[in-house]
Amino acid sequence: MAKRIEVKDLNIFYGDFHAVEGVELTVEPRTVTAFIGPSGCGKSTVLRTLNRMHEVIPGAYCTGQVLLDGTDLYGKGIDPVAVRHTVGMVFQRANPFPAMSIRDNVVAGLRLTGAKNKKALDEVAEHALRGANLWGEVKDRLDRSGASLSGGQQQRLCIARAIAVQPEVLLMDEPCSALDPISTLAIEDLINELKEEFTVVIVTHNMQQAARVSDRTAFFNLKAQGEPGHLVEIDSTEKIFSNPSQKATEDYISGRFG
Amino acid sequence: MAEPNPGTDSQAVSAPADAPDPTGGATGPSKPRPSVRTKTPSRTGDRVFSGLSATVAVLMAVLVVVIFAFLVKSAIPALSANQANFFTTRTWSTDGDPIKFGIAALFWTTAISSVIALLIAVPLAIGIALFITQMAPRRLAGPVAFVVDLLAAVPSIIFGLWGSIVLAQAGFLEWIRSALIAVLGWIPIFSETPSWTDPSGTVFLASIVLAIMILPIITATSRDVMAQTPRDQIEASLALGATRWEVIKMAVLPHARSGIISGSMLGLGRALGETLAVTLILQQVSQMQLRRVFDPSIFTGGDTFASKIARDFPEALNDPQSLGALVASGLALFVITFFVNGAARMIAERGVKR
Repeated sequence: MAKRIEVKDLNIFYGDFHAVEGVELTVEPRTVTAFIGPSGCGKSTVLRTLNRMHEVIPGAYCTGQVLLDGTDLYGKGIDPVAVRHTVGMVFQRANPFPAMSIRDNVVAGLRLTGAKNKKALDEVAEHALRGANLWGEVKDRLDRSGASLSGGQQQRLCIARAIAVQPEVLLMDEPCSALDPISTLAIEDLINELKEEFTVVIVTHNMQQAARVSDRTAFFNLKAQGEPGHLVEIDSTEKIFSNPSQKATEDYISGRFG
Repeated sequence: MAEPNPGTDSQAVSAPADAPDPTGGATGPSKPRPSVRTKTPSRTGDRVFSGLSATVAVLMAVLVVVIFAFLVKSAIPALSANQANFFTTRTWSTDGDPIKFGIAALFWTTAISSVIALLIAVPLAIGIALFITQMAPRRLAGPVAFVVDLLAAVPSIIFGLWGSIVLAQAGFLEWIRSALIAVLGWIPIFSETPSWTDPSGTVFLASIVLAIMILPIITATSRDVMAQTPRDQIEASLALGATRWEVIKMAVLPHARSGIISGSMLGLGRALGETLAVTLILQQVSQMQLRRVFDPSIFTGGDTFASKIARDFPEALNDPQSLGALVASGLALFVITFFVNGAARMIAERGVKR
């Protein structure tokens, strides 16, 4: 299932504004890669180019290549809709569809691909909810609105929704930043299980979280306000947090930043 | 930066001291904040304003009651002198003795013309609102929205003139009329009526003009709620691999549903009460015809509550009973629109709760 991502000379723009420049990185299959860095350094922006969600903002575009097992996601004839089926995404704020039941939320992505068989959909829903460690909590109220759940449950519901379509890669944009520590722990445990099956890329502001969940860590920085952000280095999480090769990284993780 | 006492007096002066710290560190007060004040100052402005607004609010409520009371008071003599059933009688004769009048025909014409106007306008309005908020490039969305809003500024007398002079002669309307009669003629509403050979003067024509007139309000309310579709809902569906249309189906329409419904109800309210345009367009059906048979077809003339009152009012001024009868029909219209607006409000509120 899981695939390798290679990013080559990626430059990202919002209209005239050059947001991120010259990113080169590789994400190995079945690993968790964390993107860390100060606010505004473009880590979320880079994440969003990995499933072509960046370009939904008016005026936003990027240059360079994002290769998914060798296929350029920005190549000619590539349908962004198909890319998003393959590369799933979980957002900072849990965003279940409030008008849909819990079950319908989970299978919403599958319905888009034309799946209709109710029994098969129910099975997928159960499997995805189990995969998101939510099944036990919601199995008796699958017909209730997705908005009736707590914040942490809603975020796990969104993860279930994202993995229900069996993507190759799962992108997570600060998935725990709006959650309490217990819900955060639940999601971190979940991320550890998810990497058995998926390639996971997670953006986080929380360096302890990056250290806990990720195999590799990419540090992004920006030289000054208004300048484009850039990738400083990417390495094994252990190395980044104990002995980074760049001074900027060391300053950031040790809190001597700015 | 939370100012604990956003008051009107000396405390507000401390605000500049809370300007961001130039060192870039945590912002905070650079001198001790005054403690929470213990004495409540006299907030004269507050009292005057709340008194004024309360008065206006109460006055409005009183006004509605007064209007209702006026209608009831002027209608009662005519209603008690009425020798026919007010609700089931189709004919209207208030000049003889005894007087006999009923609102059945008026009610039907009012209801069917408004409902058909709604059936035409709502899909169009949803389409236009979706276009403006979701599909159109920004260059185009602005002008389209402007033109639709402009439609609301056209005086209804203009719509009446245009409808009865231009639209009545339009070939495509005659074509639609013939097609409807040919295909759906077996449904009484669309059956052909002898002596009405073209769209002019018919309920059908009035419905179309009404549809154009209520289009702006439905479009505007739909557009507003659609534009407020939470960004995260749209991104959630996009990230699942939704196409543009699927985003509309998954995120935009569920969010906009209650707004569309309440906008439609507002439109319905306007269509029910619209007077001038309808009066100019509709041709009356003779009392003899009304007495003979109930014709539910939209390809015939008739009168709505409002057009009946507008037409007969000048003559009825000299005769209390004729006037009372007209007021009674106005009362009926008032009650109907009251309930339509109430329903719109209920639906809108239910939408908010969810």
